[in-house]
Amino acid sequence: MWEMKRKVANGLMWSGAVVATAAALVPLVMVLYYVVIQGLPALSLAFFTHLPRPVGEPGGGMANAIVGTLILIGLASALGLPIGILGGIYLAEFGNNRFGWSVRFAADVLAGVPSIVVGILVWAIVVVPMQSFSALAGGAALGIMMIPTVMRTTEELVRLVPVSQREAALSLGATQRRTIFKVVLVAAKGGVITGVLLAVARIAGETAPLLVTALGNTFWSTGLDRPIASLPVQIFNYAISPYDEWHAQAWAGALVLVTLVLVLSAAARYATRGRLRATR
Amino acid sequence: MSSTDATGHSLQRRGVFGANVGDRAFRWCLLIFAATVLGLIVVLAYELSRASLPAIRQFGWRFIVSSTWDPVHRVFGALPFIYGTLVSSLLALLIAVPISLGTALFLAELAPRWLRGPVSFLVELLAAVPSVVYGLWGIFVLVPLLRPVEAWLGQHLGVVPLFRGPAYGIGMLAAGLVLAIMVIPFITAVSREVLQSVPVSQREAAYALGATRWEAMRGPVLRYARAGILGGVMLGLGRAVGETMAVTMVIGNRPDISASLFSPGYTLASALANEFLEATVEVHTSALLELALILFAITIVINIVARLMLWSVSRGTTMGVRE
Repeated sequence: MWEMKRKVANGLMWSGAVVATAAALVPLVMVLYYVVIQGLPALSLAFFTHLPRPVGEPGGGMANAIVGTLILIGLASALGLPIGILGGIYLAEFGNNRFGWSVRFAADVLAGVPSIVVGILVWAIVVVPMQSFSALAGGAALGIMMIPTVMRTTEELVRLVPVSQREAALSLGATQRRTIFKVVLVAAKGGVITGVLLAVARIAGETAPLLVTALGNTFWSTGLDRPIASLPVQIFNYAISPYDEWHAQAWAGALVLVTLVLVLSAAARYATRGRLRATR
Repeated sequence: MSSTDATGHSLQRRGVFGANVGDRAFRWCLLIFAATVLGLIVVLAYELSRASLPAIRQFGWRFIVSSTWDPVHRVFGALPFIYGTLVSSLLALLIAVPISLGTALFLAELAPRWLRGPVSFLVELLAAVPSVVYGLWGIFVLVPLLRPVEAWLGQHLGVVPLFRGPAYGIGMLAAGLVLAIMVIPFITAVSREVLQSVPVSQREAAYALGATRWEAMRGPVLRYARAGILGGVMLGLGRAVGETMAVTMVIGNRPDISASLFSPGYTLASALANEFLEATVEVHTSALLELALILFAITIVINIVARLMLWSVSRGTTMGVRE
């Protein structure tokens, strides 16, 4: 009898685990299903080539938002990648001290800071002095958000490069700089690229910090110091509007955005193939 | 985590790199890039405190305990937002923790090897979907689905204040559900990793005593992994507290405190997203910046506790390996 009870408990708990896994996957399937079903019909060539039209006028697209998102990603990378990659190299090569420990801790804390708060920081230090919402401010906000991811993945991958490779380079008379750039970084290249892809995938869909920095724009933006459109902000504005045609556009935008983000994540995943730890 | 130390291959410690002048300059250069992160945290804390000073001066501690938020009369109190943030996040954890733990157990212990990779990949994809897309889905799919469910709950369980009130669909329950979906991948990933780091000997000992797989899990393994799993849950809580777009789109955005799960609420993050650009008077902006400061403080505390818990686990495993 006691034996039976134990066996039943065992079976129940394991079936519970299976049910939980299924429950975790249901929302993913549902979200992807609706994004495809609702987004595909509204997707057309015009969506990629035309500017948004006012309500009531048929057609129109999100060309400016798509280009805007790419510009913002570029600006963010220009700021976030050097800091992230070089900082990560520091942590891996020289970071086994109290300072390295605090940088690591700060990076983890920064990764946990809500994106809207990062946006408000950039609003205070970029938008207010420049007296204008701008692409630069949006890029700065996204760039700051890239740093922790890039830094920690770079560190981890640089640490995986065997000491013997460094020793070999140094014994041939290479300087420390040469060793790091020509040997260590080349060996860790795949991993660093993964970190970059993950970081870009993460910021590509960010909306909240852009609301208070890049603002949005229904036309082509005319300069980096002016407000600029982006896919996530446009999706948000269309989604909370009361118009059906804008809802359809929002779904189409979501389809494009989800495709972009998922392709990037899958590529990052493929590039590492399990070498990275899942939490980073 | 384990990457912090103990790999023992630091060249600096072994003295492989010499004291070349150019190299020393290079090292300082790298150090400056690394220090940027520290600088950012300091600037963040400084700017937020400085900018919210007018509101802090005017309202003092009343700001945190007062529940009036009235931009027209310039009276500001943060309580409804703090309440909304905490309730929606706790609701999210209540839903997400069992599901995440079950999934982590499945992935770490139960799933056959060929299923492990694809399933964890799918769960990670959940984390990659942008929050504005979850919000869109929430508005047009989840909320209409919730309306009849809420009506039914109100009819049959209406005696409990939790389930009383009009079934809008939009409200605290919708926000909790969307947040749960968004934190599941984080809690699952951390828990799975912690479970996998439990030394095999723990399990073997339990099996040797004749335990079933569940008994081995429940006792030795889960107890060993407890602190780490809690750390993962805290990490998820930190995410939920700071999540902005999806919540803003489904929570209803009304600064009320209500016992009902169906009624609209407001969170710190959504208040910032909605009102920040509309604030025209200085004290309104300042009050919003104080909301940002509170949000920043809450997430910092949660994240630090989470990190400490996770570190305590990884230290534990290193010791286990050494013995």
